[in-house]
Amino acid sequence: MQLNIEVNGKEIQARRDETILTALLRNGIRVPTLCSIKGLSPNGACRICVVEVEGKAGLVPSCSHPVEEGMKIKTHSPRVVKARRTILELLLSNHPDDCLYCERNENCELQDLAVELNIRERRISGKKSKHRLDLSSPGVVRDPAKCILCGRCIRICDEVQGVSTLEFVNRGSKTVVGTAMNRDLNFSSCISCGQCVMVCPTGALHERSNLDDVLDALNNPHQKVVVQYGPSVSVSLAEEFGIKAGKDINGVINAALRKIGFSYIFDTTFGADVAILESAMELKKRIETNQFLPMFSSCCPAWIKYAEQFKPEVLPLISTCKSPQQIMGTIIKSFFAPAEGINPNEIYSVAIMPCVAKKFEAQREEMTQKAISDVDAVITTRELARLIRLYGIDIHSIEPQQPDSPLGMRSSAGKLFGTSGGATEGIFRTLHYYMTGKEMQQPKIADLRSNGAIKEIELKIGNKKLTAILVSGMGNIRPLLDSVAAGEVKAHFIEVMACPGGCVNGGGQPFGSSEKDVKARAKSIYEIDEVETIKVAHKNPMVTDMYERFLEAPGSDLSKKYLHTRYTKRDVLM
Amino acid sequence: MRSRIESLLENYAHTKRDSLIPILQQIQDDLGYLSEEAVVLVGKHLDMPTSQIYGLATFYNQFRFEPKGKYHVQVCHGTACHVLGAQPILALLEKMLKIKDGQTSRDGQFSLQVMSCIGACAQAPAISINGKFYGKLTQERLKDIIDELKQH
Ligand code: SF4
Ligand code: SF4
Ligand code: FES
Ligand code: FES
Repeated sequence: MQLNIEVNGKEIQARRDETILTALLRNGIRVPTLCSIKGLSPNGACRICVVEVEGKAGLVPSCSHPVEEGMKIKTHSPRVVKARRTILELLLSNHPDDCLYCERNENCELQDLAVELNIRERRISGKKSKHRLDLSSPGVVRDPAKCILCGRCIRICDEVQGVSTLEFVNRGSKTVVGTAMNRDLNFSSCISCGQCVMVCPTGALHERSNLDDVLDALNNPHQKVVVQYGPSVSVSLAEEFGIKAGKDINGVINAALRKIGFSYIFDTTFGADVAILESAMELKKRIETNQFLPMFSSCCPAWIKYAEQFKPEVLPLISTCKSPQQIMGTIIKSFFAPAEGINPNEIYSVAIMPCVAKKFEAQREEMTQKAISDVDAVITTRELARLIRLYGIDIHSIEPQQPDSPLGMRSSAGKLFGTSGGATEGIFRTLHYYMTGKEMQQPKIADLRSNGAIKEIELKIGNKKLTAILVSGMGNIRPLLDSVAAGEVKAHFIEVMACPGGCVNGGGQPFGSSEKDVKARAKSIYEIDEVETIKVAHKNPMVTDMYERFLEAPGSDLSKKYLHTRYTKRDVLM
Repeated sequence: MRSRIESLLENYAHTKRDSLIPILQQIQDDLGYLSEEAVVLVGKHLDMPTSQIYGLATFYNQFRFEPKGKYHVQVCHGTACHVLGAQPILALLEKMLKIKDGQTSRDGQFSLQVMSCIGACAQAPAISINGKFYGKLTQERLKDIIDELKQH
């Protein structure tokens, strides 16, 4: 049903049951917002989105007010602009003045609003709120002094991720965003997915940066700094430099990393290929013995922590295979280094990831061999962009280069790990080969490629019918886990990625990307799969070579020792 | 303590989230405070994240999350007391006891709670210690009272 409304003297069409804000946005009229998040119910807390409606005494928040037939709206009348400015000035009145040093400098919605509303001086000055930085978590830093209490983080953590770590605590002028019993983040139920970081408009939540550690290592003449980057990084960095969203700049990244001074540049996709072989072998055995089914994927560390806290009953069902990042880390120090005659102690191993939880994963105690950690530092796609700027590298003018051998070689199956459904597709291609001895006639499994929050697919391998379930967005898993724990789910494989849409939408990706940008990244990954000659992990010659020289075969005792891990129940306040 | 909380929760067998506040009140009446264990058990009982229970509980002034001390000091911050100097009284208490509102001293001797009007307005500024009122307080008298209790 269409409605007619008048905005700033012009007739526009609106849909019944939509909010004023959505009608305005669809018609190209911009109104600032702070507390609202696209796709979630409005909460009307900040009131920066107010507009004037003829006949109504007060200004109305456009994000939560429904349109009505014949409404006459003014979006930028003097009264409206004045109200918005006052709201913003109040928010700024107790805000720390350290923009220059802030993680979000030039990437901050509060700064943008101050520019948009032409705030040029501090007219209202409030008592600065004093708060302790919460540096306890390896993934997420909380800086409550910069919090404007918009509540976005609380809602994404609760409504989308289903973790509910954050909540408003205390009241009135003492209100803060806190955790249960005011515990530090590391001792809370937080799974370090970083989705709250993605929606925070200010620097109140940001990733724990490891850039300085990496710089120190690069400047240390006694260290060989080896770097790997995750499958989705090459299709996500482009936006940071004004290149079209989703463009694959693999070669440029290799060249930039080499210029920066990394000794060896490897592609985590090699590790993903290895993960495919190990997982496919593991799944094949479980199907044959009809034990420990359904098998859950293990590539997402935020999901692993979620299971350890919320549903330890399913831990025996999770694949024991390490994640691609940790597999790479292990192979670099335990195979590559000795083969090259390098002492593993001299290697500093860096991973560039679309993810905040990978920082947490790298420091898990299971992820060390004889007191040497598999991976020494994890930086996000955003931190990579900073690193490139810091070294003055012009991304637009450098010539693409190849990664280093042997751990730079990849199949496109491993590349698929960057998007929801991709791990399953990669694993099933190899599982087909393991179970039938034959390749799939058509490796592309289109059914696995729609980005639903939760999806069940039937796949045929030989004369066997297998069921896979895809889940992305942590909040979508709870009912499924209950059914699995009750033994009611007959599926064979369940792929879980904590971030909605998978790693392409990870918590370490560029700020301010639209849904369209994220889709472009996934599309780009599938395009790579179209043109790549090696489409299955078991045909990656360097992977085969590595097994011959080091681990014998997927699922061997040596593989189990190096590439598999264990999970433990965690006691946190849930 | 666990079994006490559990048996208390049995009285609320089929209740939903709207009985959260009465449940918390009863636990506090019973145990004197809301322990971490209590918050977790209530969360399980109502199928509610502990962060939300804690958030709601801290919204109200009446809940505390540490056991009361041997001497539970309630400082009035109602209008009458405020006008007649509750702030310096509170400041002195915080300094002498080295604790803030809602906290309990390490040795378990003292706990502090800021109240809104304890019903002794004519005696403002007033405090109460373990239910006993002390009115028309001056800094000196307050110091004596606390020093005296510290002897015990
Ligand atoms: S990182 Fe994820 S789990 Fe942790 S507080 Fe943020 S949204 Fe919640
Ligand atoms: S931490 Fe950020 S997202 Fe959360 S309420 Fe504060 S400003 Fe909003
Ligand atoms: S954006 Fe509408 S009230 Fe905050
Ligand atoms: S205001 Fe303090 S007793 Fe009433």
